[in-house]
Amino acid sequence: MSRAPARERLRALLLIVPLLAFLAVFFLWPLWTMMMAAVVDDTVSRVLPRTAASIVSWNGQDLPPPQVQQALVEDLRQAGDQQALGETVRRLNSAVSGFRTLMTRTTTAVRDEGNAATIDLANLDRRWQEPRFWLALKDAVPPYTDRNLLAAVDMKREADGTVVSEEPGVSANRLIMIRTFLVAGIVTLACAAIGLPYAMLAAAVTGWKRTVLLLAVLVPLWTSLLVRTTAWFVLLQNEGLINGALQAAGLIDSPLPLIFNRIGVVIAMTHVLLPFMVLPIYSVLLSVPRNLMQAAASMGAGPLRAFWRVLLPLSLPGLLSGSLLVFMVAIGYYITPALVGGANDQMISSVIAFYAMGTANWGLAGALGMILLVVTVILYFIYGRLSKSPQVLGA
Amino acid sequence: MPIVAILPLAFTSSVFLTYPIEEYSLRWFRELATADAWRLSIMNSLIIGLGATLLSTILGTLAALGMRTRTLPFTNLLRTVFLLPMVVPAVVLGVGMQMLFVRLGLASTYPGVMIAHAVLCVPFVIVSVSASLQGIDPSVERAASSLGATPVTVFRRVTFPLALPGIISGAVFAFATSLDEVVITLFVAGPNQRTLARQMFSSIRENISPTVVAAALLLIIGTLCLAGLAALLRWRQERIALRAAP
Repeated sequence: MSRAPARERLRALLLIVPLLAFLAVFFLWPLWTMMMAAVVDDTVSRVLPRTAASIVSWNGQDLPPPQVQQALVEDLRQAGDQQALGETVRRLNSAVSGFRTLMTRTTTAVRDEGNAATIDLANLDRRWQEPRFWLALKDAVPPYTDRNLLAAVDMKREADGTVVSEEPGVSANRLIMIRTFLVAGIVTLACAAIGLPYAMLAAAVTGWKRTVLLLAVLVPLWTSLLVRTTAWFVLLQNEGLINGALQAAGLIDSPLPLIFNRIGVVIAMTHVLLPFMVLPIYSVLLSVPRNLMQAAASMGAGPLRAFWRVLLPLSLPGLLSGSLLVFMVAIGYYITPALVGGANDQMISSVIAFYAMGTANWGLAGALGMILLVVTVILYFIYGRLSKSPQVLGA
Repeated sequence: MPIVAILPLAFTSSVFLTYPIEEYSLRWFRELATADAWRLSIMNSLIIGLGATLLSTILGTLAALGMRTRTLPFTNLLRTVFLLPMVVPAVVLGVGMQMLFVRLGLASTYPGVMIAHAVLCVPFVIVSVSASLQGIDPSVERAASSLGATPVTVFRRVTFPLALPGIISGAVFAFATSLDEVVITLFVAGPNQRTLARQMFSSIRENISPTVVAAALLLIIGTLCLAGLAALLRWRQERIALRAAP
């Protein structure tokens, strides 16, 4: 081959590299950081490195050998970072209650004593004779943990290593996950029910009628998501337009509860996501020859039969990719449920935001985020396969 | 439709968001222009939007040019990866960015928010620029180089002017995306980087007043102007393409 293609390839590479680097640092790295927060737990092994190294050899049956105890004493004496130490103690205390006082006492004693050899932990505090405290320490040492991922689906690991479900009432993550998929499913169905006839209509008419129908879909897509949600917020209120109109018409006596509940979330999300359903179906129908329905009619099929046997099967690919798209976007929604939904309509995103911003529980936020991310990316790749060109918007 | 229904409420003189409107006034627009929180947030939206647009347009245009000739393997995979920011749930990306930005010292800074927005804007630039590059007939460029133009000259005098409408409409989309972004901003911005969208979000949650509707109207007018500009450019480009390939 000549040198020209090689040079061309190099030029293409140089043009792509800046964006690739940018996205690697500011897109992939954050996602990686979040996922690592879910599975890495190195607070204990960083603060107590010697203990971490020696406790591995302990069989976990009776008390650990003296060298493990000496390593712990040495680690506590060397521990300089008080904040990290405090975090370690908190982590251990959450595994076995009472660990906090035990560690505080031990640390003080170690600091007061000059020489490591003189300290006998069992003498210092009887609790060091109980294997459960040592077991908790051993459990906390490995830098990788599945604790957060299990907690994300309401499971936990027992002391003997078996995985069991959390008692009901302790955590509601599984419920929220089921709710997220349920709401996304309802919204997808609602979008399909409205979007399919709409897209067929838009594809069937011509001229200015088609332009108007398409603009009605595209204009909301261009206007801000926040503005659309605001609009629904105002409309759905008890004193809002919808209730006002219904009451004025004498259809209802007291306002319908439309906001801060599931109905409001479904209405608002369906409206917001409808373009994602209409556009794929419409673009599929555009490629259907216009005379196909006439052909079906000339073969003796009634309009209903022609629709059922010809038009509907032909629009299925569009319906499928539209549904995938709506479902995929819906499961990650935050703004609309946060504003229009009540306490029982919050979806995974809201829970992640709560753990991250409210309680700074990065591990659990990361684990839930990882689940949501994996589901979304899988759906996206299926969608990309189905629709050949993985474009989300017809921008 | 729901949007049209609420917009008149921006002009109410009452503090309640109810019909019928007794008296029309510009009271809530004055509030937008004078209240510190709102004025600052509008300024912030413009600053951050411009920064994010500049960054994403440059990076996205370069990459779209690089992917154009399909000389590299995995172009399709690259494309999929470049469009990923559009589908990754915003909260997930927000949590990750917050953690990373604290470590990098970018949390609660203007560059940090601009970068975060630019990540979300890049897909729109790529889609728009790629589409306009596809519309360019390669024979025009071949003709230019056969007439003795160097590759740089071909790009500067032929390719770039033809792709410009696509680049500008990509930038417009990027700016609109940044204007509307709430979730990522919630995670990476500090109180000083509060944008208009962010301010709207929290005032809907805390205490909704006609100011929010007035702000919404402002946003709509802004995005409609931008969308109009983009449509105009695309129309112009189609005309150019028609003329270039008779």
